[in-house]
Amino acid sequence: MNYLDYMQLSPMEKCAYKVKSFFAAIPGALAKFGTMLKNFFIGLFKGIGNFFKNYANDFKTGGISTKLSYVIMGAGCLMCGQIVKGLIFLALEVGFIAYMVGFGAPYMAKFGTLGTVTSHMEKVPGKPMPVRVAGDNSMLILLFGTLTLIIIVIFIAVYILNIKTAVKCERIVKSGSRPNTLKEDIATLLDEKFHVTLLAIPTFLVGCFTILPLIFMILIAFTNFDHDHQPPNALFTWVGFGNFGNIFVSNPQYSRTFTKILGWTFVWAVVATFSCYILGVIVALLINTKGLKGKSIFRTCFVLSVAVPQFVTLLLMAQMLSQDGVVNVFLQNAGFIKEPVKFLTDQSNPNLARITIIIVNIWIGVPYTILSTTGILLNIPEDLYESARIDGATPVVQFTKITLPYLIFVTTPQLISTFVGNINNFNVIFLLSGGGPSNVHLYKAGETDLLVTWLYKLTMENNDNNLAAAIGIIVFIISATLSLITFNNSKSAKDEGAFS
Amino acid sequence: MIKSYKTRRMVGLGVVYAILTILSIIWVLPLVWIVMTSFSGEDAAFIDHVIPSKWTFHNYVQLFTDKAIFNYPRAFMNTLIIAIFSCIISTLSVLMVAYTFSRLRFKARKAYMNVAMILGMFPGFMTMIAIYYILKTIGLSQSIVGLIVVYSAGASLGFFISKGFFDTVPKALDEAATIDGATKNQIFWQIILPMAKPIVVYTVITSFISPWTDFIMARMLLRDAIDQYTVALVLWNMTDKEKVDQFFYRFCAGSVIVAIPITAVFLKMQKFYVEGITGGAVKG
Repeated sequence: MNYLDYMQLSPMEKCAYKVKSFFAAIPGALAKFGTMLKNFFIGLFKGIGNFFKNYANDFKTGGISTKLSYVIMGAGCLMCGQIVKGLIFLALEVGFIAYMVGFGAPYMAKFGTLGTVTSHMEKVPGKPMPVRVAGDNSMLILLFGTLTLIIIVIFIAVYILNIKTAVKCERIVKSGSRPNTLKEDIATLLDEKFHVTLLAIPTFLVGCFTILPLIFMILIAFTNFDHDHQPPNALFTWVGFGNFGNIFVSNPQYSRTFTKILGWTFVWAVVATFSCYILGVIVALLINTKGLKGKSIFRTCFVLSVAVPQFVTLLLMAQMLSQDGVVNVFLQNAGFIKEPVKFLTDQSNPNLARITIIIVNIWIGVPYTILSTTGILLNIPEDLYESARIDGATPVVQFTKITLPYLIFVTTPQLISTFVGNINNFNVIFLLSGGGPSNVHLYKAGETDLLVTWLYKLTMENNDNNLAAAIGIIVFIISATLSLITFNNSKSAKDEGAFS
Repeated sequence: MIKSYKTRRMVGLGVVYAILTILSIIWVLPLVWIVMTSFSGEDAAFIDHVIPSKWTFHNYVQLFTDKAIFNYPRAFMNTLIIAIFSCIISTLSVLMVAYTFSRLRFKARKAYMNVAMILGMFPGFMTMIAIYYILKTIGLSQSIVGLIVVYSAGASLGFFISKGFFDTVPKALDEAATIDGATKNQIFWQIILPMAKPIVVYTVITSFISPWTDFIMARMLLRDAIDQYTVALVLWNMTDKEKVDQFFYRFCAGSVIVAIPITAVFLKMQKFYVEGITGGAVKG
């Protein structure tokens, strides 16, 4: 469909077309993700192939110092006079070997089975009673195995760097000039290689506290690390895609819970996002009304609730809405109701809790929309409205034909990131209702639980880490797909080069 | 005709005033209520009138002197220490990373940025369990040092907004400085940072507020180490079903104290905050 065809559609058809094309874009985005992965792996294998080719080549053509650094790291640098650099390489090699022998290798050896010896009672010579002997700890094996794998990868990178440095040094010496001194090397770290200096600490921290835990949790999704297999008393082991099978098909209680929670998560995300957006835009427009005095006072009233920490407002709301909370007391004294309403805990009517949460969320979310749209509304060119007025457009028409399209055009990326944020909106659900009212037919979940709060309950209250990890991966796939679609369609993806 | 147009406009404006006033009251009332309640000397936990009949500072005094069950002063100090240190570390690392990706060109730049973006898409506390075990092995679990490390470590992934801002600072400045013999290091500290004041302020505010108001990470990592608790955890425990009747007024007083500094900073720095979120929105 080209642009002219599109313009001739009625508003409803336009909307339907947009929705259709959004869903039509999903396979494309997945395919693009696939090609990205494919290219990544092709690049990786090509890189490895090149590495081996160069590896052999450099060894053949290199002199004695290069050849020596294939075995003793830093030899090349030492022989060219870069003493400190050479010693650092050497120390890294010694440290790596010591780490592997003393710590890494035993864990790596058990990585395939995650341990075979359970803790058990054993007869020890010289003691009358059997003694408890500690067995393998699967969790530590998995954690340190992952750590060792990462360290091996880093070491290989350092090793390659060592050979490259040696080759370069030798070439420089052969050509008759002198390699960089330590002082000069440090100076380049503040200039040409400044990115290494700046990124070193953040990369290290992200590696330790984001990448390592992430790989660890992804691996846990493929094990049976649940409440029956808790180290150090019991072992757990690899189960392949068993957890995903359980969630989707083979365990009816899991799959029933999962489908129900997934459904509510989507309903919640859609309703929460759009209710806050639409109402926020309307209030922002009201505040922007021409001739209105005291705009900043009104705006401050709304913004005040953004400024107060969210956990305070949420805990407060939960208290106000509790069974003997202020709302119930007020309604009873005013004579509207006789019995207190269980806003958040009524098991016979879970929809009441859902609606209450959505209304509270409106109270929380609308000010954010007001904050972000006020500026955009002021940026709409005034002459658009002027010409519309001359052509006889009513305020309603001006709103639907000028304001709304402009707003949606500018804020779509923000809308999608809010949507993804709402899928992962832990605070609102957890602090308001805690996932309740409870439902015995679901596995460790209540009526208002989202996928993320269910994940929390599974790990913190029930120790079902494997299920939680599998759900985490599913949530990741959902949010990554949505984000990729937006990112590919957004201007910044295409314009990144404009600045760089 | 003109007169009727004028009256119609006046009526319209009046309606807008009425709606906005009602809405403002709805939005402000819970906040006013919590402030009022914190000064209230009533006996019952929940009353039906907003303005208390007896005014007192008793709740605040109790909050800071009665440390038997909830040690609020210590929790407040813990939170303050955590927020200050992780604010300093994460501001520095966010700005450093943002400058690197905005200005420096090196081989793995694109790949690095893509990895950072993908890492940001995982649900945050999927990793919390693993982080707990990692901190446990290095002996930092259940301590505020561990929390500082975790907050600062994760922060550098949120560099995209600052990068977008650095992108708008003219490149010609860098080039001029390079010609004058400045190194990249000097350019960063002496030229770009002073030019980028709004985004520095924005980064400082957000990286102070997020540990100050965080609940879930503290809950996951501190578990039962009561003497390390942050304010969020103490207040959450005060609203526990068995304790809320006794502690509700103190909960209100504690919330007011937590909220005041943040609210003041936020209202003052609103402009920067809006620039930050909308800038990020337009840039995706």
